[in-house]
Amino acid sequence: MRRNLGLRIGLVIVVIAVSVWYLYPPRSSINLGLDLQGGIHLVLGVDVDKALEAQVERAGDTVRGELEKKGIAVSKIERRGISDLAIQIASPQSWDSALTTVTEVLGAFDRKEADQAAGRIVMTLKPRETTQIRELAVRQGLETIRNRVDQFGVAEPSIQQQGENRILVQLPGVQDPARAKALIGKTALLEFKLVDDKVDPETAVRSGVPDGDEILYQRRVDKETHQERKVPFVVQKKAYVTGRDVATARVSIDQNTSEPYVSVDFNAAGGRAFSDLTDANVGRRLAIVLDGNIHSAPQIRERIPSGRAQITGGFTSAEATDLAIVLRAGALPAPVQVLEERTVGPSLGADSVRQGIVAILASTVLVFVFMMAYYRLSGLIADVALGLNLLLLLATMAGFHATLTLPGIAGIALTIGMAVDTNILIFERIREELRGGKTIRGAIEAGFSRAFKTVIDTHVTVLVSGLILFQFGTGPVKGFAVTLMIGIAASLFTAVFFTRLLFDLLYMGPHKRESLSI
Amino acid sequence: MFELFRNPNFDFIGRRRWAYIISVLFILAGFGSMVAKGGLRYGIDFSGGTLIQVRFEKAVPVDRIRRALETVRMGESVIQEFGDTREYLLRLPATEAGSEEVTKQALAALAKEPELGPPEVRRVEYVGPQVGRDLQIQAIYAALWSVAGILAYVAIRFDMLGGMASVAAIVHDVLICLSAMSLTNREMSLPILAALLTIIGYSVNDTIVAYDRVRENRTKGARRKGESFATQINNAINQTLSRTVLTALTVFFTTAVLYLFGGKVLEDMAFVLTIGVVTGTFSTVYIAGSLIVDWQGWRERWMARRKKAVAKA
Repeated sequence: MRRNLGLRIGLVIVVIAVSVWYLYPPRSSINLGLDLQGGIHLVLGVDVDKALEAQVERAGDTVRGELEKKGIAVSKIERRGISDLAIQIASPQSWDSALTTVTEVLGAFDRKEADQAAGRIVMTLKPRETTQIRELAVRQGLETIRNRVDQFGVAEPSIQQQGENRILVQLPGVQDPARAKALIGKTALLEFKLVDDKVDPETAVRSGVPDGDEILYQRRVDKETHQERKVPFVVQKKAYVTGRDVATARVSIDQNTSEPYVSVDFNAAGGRAFSDLTDANVGRRLAIVLDGNIHSAPQIRERIPSGRAQITGGFTSAEATDLAIVLRAGALPAPVQVLEERTVGPSLGADSVRQGIVAILASTVLVFVFMMAYYRLSGLIADVALGLNLLLLLATMAGFHATLTLPGIAGIALTIGMAVDTNILIFERIREELRGGKTIRGAIEAGFSRAFKTVIDTHVTVLVSGLILFQFGTGPVKGFAVTLMIGIAASLFTAVFFTRLLFDLLYMGPHKRESLSI
Repeated sequence: MFELFRNPNFDFIGRRRWAYIISVLFILAGFGSMVAKGGLRYGIDFSGGTLIQVRFEKAVPVDRIRRALETVRMGESVIQEFGDTREYLLRLPATEAGSEEVTKQALAALAKEPELGPPEVRRVEYVGPQVGRDLQIQAIYAALWSVAGILAYVAIRFDMLGGMASVAAIVHDVLICLSAMSLTNREMSLPILAALLTIIGYSVNDTIVAYDRVRENRTKGARRKGESFATQINNAINQTLSRTVLTALTVFFTTAVLYLFGGKVLEDMAFVLTIGVVTGTFSTVYIAGSLIVDWQGWRERWMARRKKAVAKA
């Protein structure tokens, strides 16, 4: 049957033309996965509970201030668990006013317990607020990391949320993975805290600190022995100025020591707060705290009205650059933790590409030769169809911006083996029909139509597996599922439709053929 | 016409006992080795941990690396040659410190050995314990869903019996692959899971082709009078034998090439695919058809016994 021959030829030509168009130019059209071009794949878990705790603690500070403003003595305000705030009132006579104030100030909280006899109020964060804070923490974290990566300078980074509180970061072609990781994962919470000189740190380590104080450490590395030492400091818990008040930060070089340091410019409010702080505390030491570690604790010599501070501390030039970046991009609202990391060096990626190409070429040649040896001219037809299948596979990947990964290369190799299976099913059926005494045309006709059902069966089962793999898979495995599914689907077009067209042209023409080369 | 089999007429079903014995022995050997080795080995994808692939400038004996790593005492670490004696995989256990610290310590330890020379870090993979557990659960779900999907398809397309036999063949293939992995000391990883799931979808293909033939023969009335069920199945398997073997052969070519030339990283995946293709063909010819025949036999005997019991009463 040579039905709609012109239409069918036209369709094949269009498909080939579109494929070539999508694939041109070949180098930039196919997206290589991180395992092939080298780079970092990171899954970060956002510790959203920490964001909640911080929020609750900030609310505690606010409520303490409000109560004290109204002259209500507070003996203790503390966070309990993650989202509860316990307020202990010292003066029972002002209970009613305290209760009103607490309820007013803590609009985002529900009252959990109010024990007048004990003078204790326990508030808990509203569930809706909790969800909101959690979501915000992840979203802001994402934004902040994006900012940092942009400033670090990575071509085509991908930063996206994964699940509820995970962030997936993919950085292709990064040369120094350790540095990029440190840059992304740093919370970068900058705080300026006053050192409490009344307390001896060594004693405090042993017997505890006064209320409102805490112990933080400074890491000091001995230049000769490279031994690391942790020096304790007793500082006030209250942070007077934080990273939120930073307008910009940049790296400068100290003229005397030629060591790099980071110079921080505060915004207007921050500058004022810093100026007030330094004015009121001349002679005391100010600890510069980054993520709970003291960087340095210089003495305040005089009021600093310029709204500018310097962070020194024996940085390398790269460390100083990165610190400036994270300070500019801002702190993460909650700390992040690396849950999964896959880093592939560029040399391994290049090796993988080379070996993958060798494997694909070798399997193509093997299958080509086999099909031609076994099925002669029909085998050649199947080979042409296979070539078209590979073209379609690559073009579809380019069209959908799918990523080719190393397991994806395995998927292509597998496709080569499986795509000709469809032709084998059809050819074997044609041979059987010929043996059964059918004419050449009849055998071709029956072979294609009878085998079609089986072809669909085999396609469905592989596609079921492919879909489940795609659903389940992470990066590289997903790439495998993608190539396998596209290849198998394309073989319906190439091994059935296209092969049939070639058979029709060769054997179904007006001149009757004497033999079928199969 | 070049033909692999000309009118094949092998008595597959009649010799199914041998097939069962071979399969069971292989699986027993595989599981025996698993028990001896303390279970199937899980790669870091599922167990969590850190994997570092390093390449030195010149060949390095493995003892050197072991000694260097022992100085930092990171618990049980596995050092494995990877491709040649310049390249090694260091597998370090999951620790509290996280990947950064572990990698840094290991590399610092290697750098301290002056004879080793600075290694090039080719790959670092870290999977935290939480992600490893998540992946384990997801893997089990993925496998179950695949099997359920295939079972549903075959059951709808043919019948429940065929579906069950296909699943039995799938389970057989997966067990053979797992046994082969354990016998050759390979670790369960994400790419291997992908290979197993692909095998699940692929191995049922030939089974479907054979079933389809049984059905076709019945509707065509090709079934001679008095032909037993076993003979019907055996005929269908023989009639579809050349396409079963040929389709497997082309896939076998490609997976074998992948195993040989695809590079060390893909080697395990290609290995499992290759084993899976071979056992998938074997299970089509022997397991799936044979099981149906045996099942039918049991059922007939059971029905006969019940009839007898009813008659007696």
